[in-house]
Amino acid sequence: MDAVSQDDFEAEVIKTPGKVLVDFWAEWCGPCRMIGPVLEDLAVDYPGVKFVKLNVDEAPAVAQQFAVMNIPTILAFEGGELKQRIVGAMPKAKLVEELGAFLG
Amino acid sequence: MSDRTLDPDLLDVVIVGAGPAGLTAGIYCSRGRLRTVILERNMAGGQIALTELVENYPGFPEGISGLDLSDKMKSQAVQFGAELREIQAVTSLRREADGCYGVVTDQGVLRTKAVILAPGVEAKRSGIPGEAAFIGRGVSWCATCDGPLYRGRIVAVVGGGDSAVEEGLFLAKFADKVYLVHRRDELRAAPIAQERCFASPKFEFVWDSVPRKIDGEQMVEALEVENVKTGEMRRLPVNGVFIYIGQLPNTTWLKDIVDLDDQGYIVTDGHLRTRLPGVFACGDAHANPIKQIAMAVGEGALAAVQVQRYLDALDCALPGAASAAGGSAAAPA
Repeated sequence: MDAVSQDDFEAEVIKTPGKVLVDFWAEWCGPCRMIGPVLEDLAVDYPGVKFVKLNVDEAPAVAQQFAVMNIPTILAFEGGELKQRIVGAMPKAKLVEELGAFLG
Repeated sequence: MSDRTLDPDLLDVVIVGAGPAGLTAGIYCSRGRLRTVILERNMAGGQIALTELVENYPGFPEGISGLDLSDKMKSQAVQFGAELREIQAVTSLRREADGCYGVVTDQGVLRTKAVILAPGVEAKRSGIPGEAAFIGRGVSWCATCDGPLYRGRIVAVVGGGDSAVEEGLFLAKFADKVYLVHRRDELRAAPIAQERCFASPKFEFVWDSVPRKIDGEQMVEALEVENVKTGEMRRLPVNGVFIYIGQLPNTTWLKDIVDLDDQGYIVTDGHLRTRLPGVFACGDAHANPIKQIAMAVGEGALAAVQVQRYLDALDCALPGAASAAGGSAAAPA
């Protein structure tokens, strides 16, 4: 999963025409370590969706812009529009269920 | 051994939950050379993985981070041969005709001779307006996950027990101010933790008060609290609300399977036996008097020993058990 930064968030996420899933995470966050591999897995299952991660310590402005105050948070964008917000780590099956409509 | 030849997938024990209780049971079972699988719906560690610093677990006089302690317990269980499967949730447990158990997960069914239930607990929700709506936008149950995001901000912690006070102390490292909202006029937390928060200039105590509403536009902006003695409402301007008003055992799925007390904790006898033969319970979800790592670890060891004894007795009756296992394995085919 590629990392996006404060500088390229606009280009890599907002200006990307298709579906993008952003994993908001940080080094010090235990549950983030858990959801990371689950998303890596999902990225393989859904090649039509772009999966990226954003370190909130390095991109506080983006976290602030999308009101991300708790991590892990996953934001699902389509055509630059925020479609879904998922907070907290969960098993893959649950995540797929939650994201069902978005993943298509 | 002969029943294993008939059913190569049959496990000796499945441990449900990989917190301190389940991991300790895993260490003992795998050292006892039992074929052991530990199932964990999230990640190994349970509640302690979310704890910043553990200071009351013997052997670590400087304290140890909860995540480090759970990582150590995890490697210790795995190194002796227990198989840990994380992110795999158990949905049901059924006793089969041959006396073995089917542990149903979101990824299939495991067959096993014995089961140790160590599903743990999770934080209770308050149910007040705004709580659900602001999850991830200021409402949290995990200070260690989110604390640094509140640097320079104001937060409220609800509760007066160990969790509330310790998480509040952690948040005080980052936040400018921590309101501690408690329904009584004294804390229940360990005296040493109380001393620390009373000494902190960042704490303001809001006594005799209960949360009524979490308010804001895009993010949390305020917590409304009611003084239960005077009925007076007060609006606390906060960016975050951390709720520690107690815990709920992860036992909903066990409701019709083993005996639960009125709070949902698993009831056992003094040997950790549930009403199902070969099914034992330990850790925070067990109806035991204290929810502590030391307690969970002790119970995990005891549950593992009980499983060994149960299997020894079961193996004595092996010819019958083996033919029953063969019969039931053949039936679905």
